Amino acid sequence: MAATTHDVHDGHGEHHHGPAKGLGRWLFTTNHKDIGTLYLLFSLLMFLIGGSMALIIRAELFQPGLQLVDPHFFNQMTTMHALIMVFGAVMPAFVGLANWMLPMMIGAPDMALPRMNNWSFWILPFAFTMLLSTLFMPGGGPASGWTLYPPLVLQTGDAFPFVILAIHLMGISSIMGAINVIATIFNMRAPGMTLMRMPLFVWTWLITAFLLIAVMPVFAGAVTMLLTDKYFATSFFNPAGGGDPVLFQHIFWFFGHPEVYIMILPAFGVVSQIIPTFARKPLFGYHSMVYATAAIAFLSFIVWGHHMFTVGMPLTAELFFMYATMLIAVPTGVKVFNWVATMWRGAMTFETPMLFSIAFVILFTIGGFSGLMLAIAPADFQYHDTYFVVAHFHYVLVPGAVFSIMAAVYYWLPKWTGHMYNERLSRIHFWLSVIGVNILFFPQHFLGLAGMPRRVPDYALQFTEWNMVSSIGAFIYGISQLLFVYIVIQTIRAGDKATDQVWEGARGLEWTVPSPAPYHTFDTPPKISATNAHG
Amino acid sequence: MLYTRCLVRFTAIFTSGLLLLWSMAAVAESGWLQLNMPRGVTSVSREVYDLHMLILWICVAIGVVVFGVMFYSMYFHRKSRGVEPAKFHESTKVEVVWTLIPLFILVGMAIPATKTLIKMEDIGDTEMTVKITGYQWRWHYEYLGKDIGFFSSMSTPREQVYNLAEKNPDYILEVDNPLVLPVDTRIRLLTTAADVIHSWWVPELGWKRDAIPGFINDNWTLIEEPGIYRGVCAELCGRDHAYMPIVLHAVSKEEFAEWVQQQQQPSTALSAAD
Repeated sequence: MAATTHDVHDGHGEHHHGPAKGLGRWLFTTNHKDIGTLYLLFSLLMFLIGGSMALIIRAELFQPGLQLVDPHFFNQMTTMHALIMVFGAVMPAFVGLANWMLPMMIGAPDMALPRMNNWSFWILPFAFTMLLSTLFMPGGGPASGWTLYPPLVLQTGDAFPFVILAIHLMGISSIMGAINVIATIFNMRAPGMTLMRMPLFVWTWLITAFLLIAVMPVFAGAVTMLLTDKYFATSFFNPAGGGDPVLFQHIFWFFGHPEVYIMILPAFGVVSQIIPTFARKPLFGYHSMVYATAAIAFLSFIVWGHHMFTVGMPLTAELFFMYATMLIAVPTGVKVFNWVATMWRGAMTFETPMLFSIAFVILFTIGGFSGLMLAIAPADFQYHDTYFVVAHFHYVLVPGAVFSIMAAVYYWLPKWTGHMYNERLSRIHFWLSVIGVNILFFPQHFLGLAGMPRRVPDYALQFTEWNMVSSIGAFIYGISQLLFVYIVIQTIRAGDKATDQVWEGARGLEWTVPSPAPYHTFDTPPKISATNAHG
Repeated sequence: MLYTRCLVRFTAIFTSGLLLLWSMAAVAESGWLQLNMPRGVTSVSREVYDLHMLILWICVAIGVVVFGVMFYSMYFHRKSRGVEPAKFHESTKVEVVWTLIPLFILVGMAIPATKTLIKMEDIGDTEMTVKITGYQWRWHYEYLGKDIGFFSSMSTPREQVYNLAEKNPDYILEVDNPLVLPVDTRIRLLTTAADVIHSWWVPELGWKRDAIPGFINDNWTLIEEPGIYRGVCAELCGRDHAYMPIVLHAVSKEEFAEWVQQQQQPSTALSAAD
């Protein structure tokens, strides 16, 4: 009798029950908003840890000579910085944004596979604890660069199997996250939310999820072959046993190039949400944006060779990879032109999300220009493995991917917390970031062109001046991120009450629910109309 | 009075002139002006440099146009100026145009790039061959058919690395035995490695090429000017990756012949290539 009443009550009360109390809420949650928050906080923590490693690198490079760290430790820092930023900071941040926003943007009550969602998050803290613990093992952590090229990576000490296992865990987490995104988008859209009415952030994430499923297993295969080469006497990559070290590079970059687009396509999506909002004008060329994203994703599978121009490929292969890579400039250009056309004859205001988005468009485009230069194979023979490359990929990843994440957080934080962030402080954060990041990375173009190789703890004297400038920029940029942490905490705890609409020009389903978004949204599917969806 | 004033003025002008000269010299000597790729000393390196500058300027031009439109829009199309947002969100015509124009620009870049690449990859008839082998962390040079071979290791003292001594001008870019090559000679350079992957790079030659265990990569060069050219290992190869420089002495054919003879005499072979 009592039990029956209880059951009935539960079934009835599901629509308005809140989160569980205490730690259990976070450990066992299957709620997309809670999991989104966990992902974002985890990503922030990793961003700070990976950033500290970058500051160790820049501090050592402030002057020629060895001042602070041993070269072997320096190599561990460059390797760990990359692994943590790629797999711990940028990717989980986008998965966190996907968790929070995808269901709300397509009118779904939650992600399609909530329990797997919990699992794919909770793998990550273990994976990264294991990865970070390798720094304290005999022989230190991995020191071969995040590209893990054999034979060098096989010289790693006791840390080696732990690194491989940590990578496997990250891969499993990513694949599960991607499956969840695809299942959610294909099955959970509210009636009337056709594919071509989905917000662009949903579209870019859908395509990203397919990239993840396609390439993470390839990476897993490559690192497993490394493992058996080291411990089970196979010779996949060992020439003495008939293996081929270049084979690893082919497999790695078949994963690695789509991987870099995994980190930038959701950023395109974020910016495509924010610019129309603050230009108070619909996104220009929605359809071409979708097709351009798909085109970039397709091309990402056939350009991996441009990371390997100097290994000595046949001429025809070099020509093929050069042309295919140059071709990426076309859909990427379409995107940039569309953003500019969205701003054209709008009525713009420049709140912090818009500032970060505009900085994204400009600085990502600069990274795109250097990318185009790197695509030119004969010139790449000079650029390859220099600081020019470092400048290039940091321009697309920091003022590219990371700025888009910052923009997204400022844009949606009022919806998440119900509070407006401090606009004045966040503008200071923006200006410190944008100035710091350029002082940090722009001089690295000069260093690379003038002949400074990457991944070195020491350099010839003619590189002293620009390295100093770069290091100063690194500390400005790095320390100003603490301001970001402060602003986020301040917004969570207090702040002006946010309206449901939050931004005057915002369109989409997420703005139709209250701020803060209730624990459960869209228990009944919303009605899709031209004002809350595209088209 | 007049005299003093003249003297003061003269001193002021003189010292400021000196200061200006000094600061200009300081800038020229320092790394502030190290901003670009060297033109190098081979026809290939000059072609690569020209290609690099061509693409750079094309990118700058595109950037000026795109960012110019953006900044114009950000200035004139802001809400605070009381503008009403337009409603348009599509135009097949402009979208086709801004897909095709970049395509044409890319074709314009691809043509010279293809020409240079074909030239670089065409080894052709070479007059001599040097096999370069990367080791952790030094280079080995073997002059095939000449019975000359030696290791080349960094000669910068460790005290300088650890800041216990004043650094040489060519800090970490000096070796005990430099690679000696003749000018005006088409030379085949083979790269390979004994342990892990390295990459042999002298910027003045216009290219780098990985040295990979189990592979022998084929390259060529034709140096046009005698001189000392310095390079580095460009592929991360472990702890002392930063400390395996390359020093290349390009000498006249006569000097090279002399050097070869010296090397081949057993008595001097020990103090190879000084």
